Amino acid sequence: MKYKAVIGLEMHCELKSNSKVFSSARNSYNEIANDNVRPVDMAFPGTLPVVNKECIRKALMMSMVLNCKQPEYMYFDRKNYYYPDLPKGFQITQMHDPVGVNGSITIECDGYEKEVLIHDIHLEEDAASLDHLYDVSLIDYNRAGVPLLELVTEPCLNSAEEAVAFLETMRRIYQYCDVSEADTKKGQIRCDVNVSIMDPDATELGTKVEIKNINSFGNVYDAIQYEIKRQSELKDAGRYDEVEQETRRFDEESGTTIHMRSKVDAIDYKYFVEPNIPKYRIDKSWLMEIRESIPMLPRERKAMYINDFGLSEYDASIIIKEKDYADYFEECVRLGMDAKTAANWLTVQIIAYLGKHDITLSEFYLKPNMLKELIDEQVKGTISSKQAKEIFFKSLEEKKEPKTYISKDTAQITDKGEIEAIIDTILQNNPNQIEQYKNGKTNLFDYFVGQVMKETRGKANPVITKEILKDKLDN
Amino acid sequence: MTELGIEKLHEMLKNGEITSDELVSESLEKSKKVQESCNAFVTIMDDAKGAKVTDELLSGIPYGIKDNYSTKDILSTGSSNTLKDYVPFFDATAVANLKSRGAVGVNKTALDEFGMGGTGTTAHTGVIRNPWDTSRMCAGSSSGSAAAVAAGVYPYALGSDTGDSIRKPAAFCGIVGYKPTYGMISRYGLFPFASSLDTCGVLTRSVKDAAIVVDAMKGIDKYDQTSWDSSDIHLYDSIDGNVKGKKLFYIKEIVDISNYPDASNELKRHLEIFHEAVDKLKGLGCTVDEVSVDKALLQCIPSVYVCLSCAEATSNMSNLTGIIFGPRGKGDTYESIMKDHRTKGFSPLIKRRFVIGSYILQKENQERYFVNAQRLRRLIVDKMKELFESYDALVLPVSTGVAPYIDGSKDELNSDNTAILEEHLQIGNFGGFPSITIPDGFIDNLPVGINITGNCKKDIDVLNIAYALESTMEYKDMIARDYR
Repeated sequence: MKYKAVIGLEMHCELKSNSKVFSSARNSYNEIANDNVRPVDMAFPGTLPVVNKECIRKALMMSMVLNCKQPEYMYFDRKNYYYPDLPKGFQITQMHDPVGVNGSITIECDGYEKEVLIHDIHLEEDAASLDHLYDVSLIDYNRAGVPLLELVTEPCLNSAEEAVAFLETMRRIYQYCDVSEADTKKGQIRCDVNVSIMDPDATELGTKVEIKNINSFGNVYDAIQYEIKRQSELKDAGRYDEVEQETRRFDEESGTTIHMRSKVDAIDYKYFVEPNIPKYRIDKSWLMEIRESIPMLPRERKAMYINDFGLSEYDASIIIKEKDYADYFEECVRLGMDAKTAANWLTVQIIAYLGKHDITLSEFYLKPNMLKELIDEQVKGTISSKQAKEIFFKSLEEKKEPKTYISKDTAQITDKGEIEAIIDTILQNNPNQIEQYKNGKTNLFDYFVGQVMKETRGKANPVITKEILKDKLDN
Repeated sequence: MTELGIEKLHEMLKNGEITSDELVSESLEKSKKVQESCNAFVTIMDDAKGAKVTDELLSGIPYGIKDNYSTKDILSTGSSNTLKDYVPFFDATAVANLKSRGAVGVNKTALDEFGMGGTGTTAHTGVIRNPWDTSRMCAGSSSGSAAAVAAGVYPYALGSDTGDSIRKPAAFCGIVGYKPTYGMISRYGLFPFASSLDTCGVLTRSVKDAAIVVDAMKGIDKYDQTSWDSSDIHLYDSIDGNVKGKKLFYIKEIVDISNYPDASNELKRHLEIFHEAVDKLKGLGCTVDEVSVDKALLQCIPSVYVCLSCAEATSNMSNLTGIIFGPRGKGDTYESIMKDHRTKGFSPLIKRRFVIGSYILQKENQERYFVNAQRLRRLIVDKMKELFESYDALVLPVSTGVAPYIDGSKDELNSDNTAILEEHLQIGNFGGFPSITIPDGFIDNLPVGINITGNCKKDIDVLNIAYALESTMEYKDMIARDYR
């Protein structure tokens, strides 16, 4: 690429919590519109915000994970503007003293590592959602007041790949810390992207263009690619002065960005401190408690899988992609399964099964303890690897524990001596049938197999049974 | 009977001399009369019925609710056209607390639109008149509540106070107005004007009644994070009238007649009455010192108040768009719908305040106006807190005299000369201090008042001093002349 791209991101992520950030209404996905609503969510006169401590805890945890500095005091600000999705006419957010400033985090992108600088991370409330129909717009206040964590990076990313790698890293961290489901399909993550270009040797940044409200990582990628191309073409043509400081939106259909408003139309949000939430000092011991409760993060887990469990870089990368995978894998190892075997089952059979049936690992029937039962039998040699796979699918299909199949029909008698003894008894008791068989009535072979199965209630290994029978009858 | 105090009414209800139903219907009757003469109400609840009389002092007794309190299933307008048909589906916490004790709301009292005025002339239902002289104003914004209590409609009515909205109308109507410490009474359900200054309170005809009512209204509330637990404070039980040794002060720069070279006879008399009250306090065993406070700091008070209250109000009232509640405006876009609603709904006075507030909050002006106003608020409060280290309370006269005439009144700042005297009650809101006004005399047959303000959470001291002073004068349980 001829020019150097400079990209900054704003990532909004909905937090997981029982109730909303300043309201006692439920915070959960709800099909019924305007159901998760308390008077304060619709700004009825006289209602007041009350801070949800759990949301502050989660926000502070993310501030720590991002190596930010936490404030001494907790308080909030009002961001004032009029829009139909904003019932109060202001959003409660953090402008003066957010939960975290001046952080950094290392990401991996195409095999190299990069340190991403974090300007700040702050806690705020979401607006209602609007549905624009042909001649009316509908407002659903379920989302009004849902806790949002907004993370702002410094303009330190240089490609669409890096931007998406950062977002993926953050999505994973939110999930690992159980701070958010971070599901873009549910609209839980939304991004604003700032893009500018400059000559590689230049020291001054180019003109910054903001693309607002992008709702998937794929679209973030496309929007950045498009914007770099658009700006580069203008610069190539000597028309760089046409790149103006503006806000654009990404149009999914055309894959382009479209002008929304210019910098000169920028809104003055008239920020001031929210007077209804008293400022308070954050307890140091509480901060310590939060810090200690941070779980092991994907990057650390990956290193552990490779160094301590001997997994390949490839397998480890797949397993840490989702917290569910990593938790499942670690549970298997904890139960005493061989790490490589567990990793193999997870990355090959299980993930494929999830994909095929479009379910998540939490909906997956075979829990690690059941998988272990199955694999143990295979290790013992009670069942073959082929049978293990069969039982795996049968167990999933019928939602019955693998041992059901192992003890009843599949836990076979594989001991040759045992089977031979049974066959000998049967042959002794059926001299007539042997006679007929030897005279050419070869379909009686199945009769003998049936007798063995009857005697063993189906547990005799059919392959071994047939082998011995054939040997005895034909010789 | 509604002209009696709460203790007496409770006694009569308990021993069967009168029923709650009788009291309520008498109160409704009087409401209609006062509506005619003073235009004090937005709503009179004609179907109100008596309540069961229990050991609760307020049970079965009627009272009035300022129309900026949210009342379940009862029209609550804030005296604004923007909410002219708004019927809430929840009670303000203070109202719910009274209801649970058996108190009976009988009317919603008119106010300056959303509490943003001090004259009682800006309600959407029209000018509210003073029962002592209907050509005069009640002051505001708790104008209807003050008029009704002074006219004996019931023993008490709820008020709210952002600058002096309880305490000044009380003075002009010859009654008691009590604004407790900020956060003692939950603001949940009170339509906000300026959240950091807004305080719920009450207007009564005696200090004891004020204590009884606030005891019932107060309490920590999970819906208001600025509320605090006052369960160990029992106002009514703590009033004994013993104020021996209490140390009081007044501010020379506000009270000394030499500050007002062009003083009218009325002002002179008002200050004399104040000094007579000070002598009574001394007679009760209090010491009263004259303290000097930097005049420059005092002169800032009105501007600081305008800056902070207008800024907060602009934001607080941004929910009034006519989209979720209130009459839907006309227009093709959401902007024009909101604009139409607000243009038609608000009175010019409020719009002026919004413009000021908006200007003050603009990025380029914030430091100069808003932040400086906050700094000055801090300096003023720090000065007061410093004085409260040595003194139990501050005593000052309320306003420059009696209630002004309605005609010719403008809700504008007073002349610089007497501005300090007119606006000093705002100190109480800056610091969240408990503050009470009681009547202390008459000028030309119209009442004037005195104010007592103490440090945060020292409500008992403030009430006790007021109670003791009240006992030395004949203005307790006073009803406006024409309504006796």
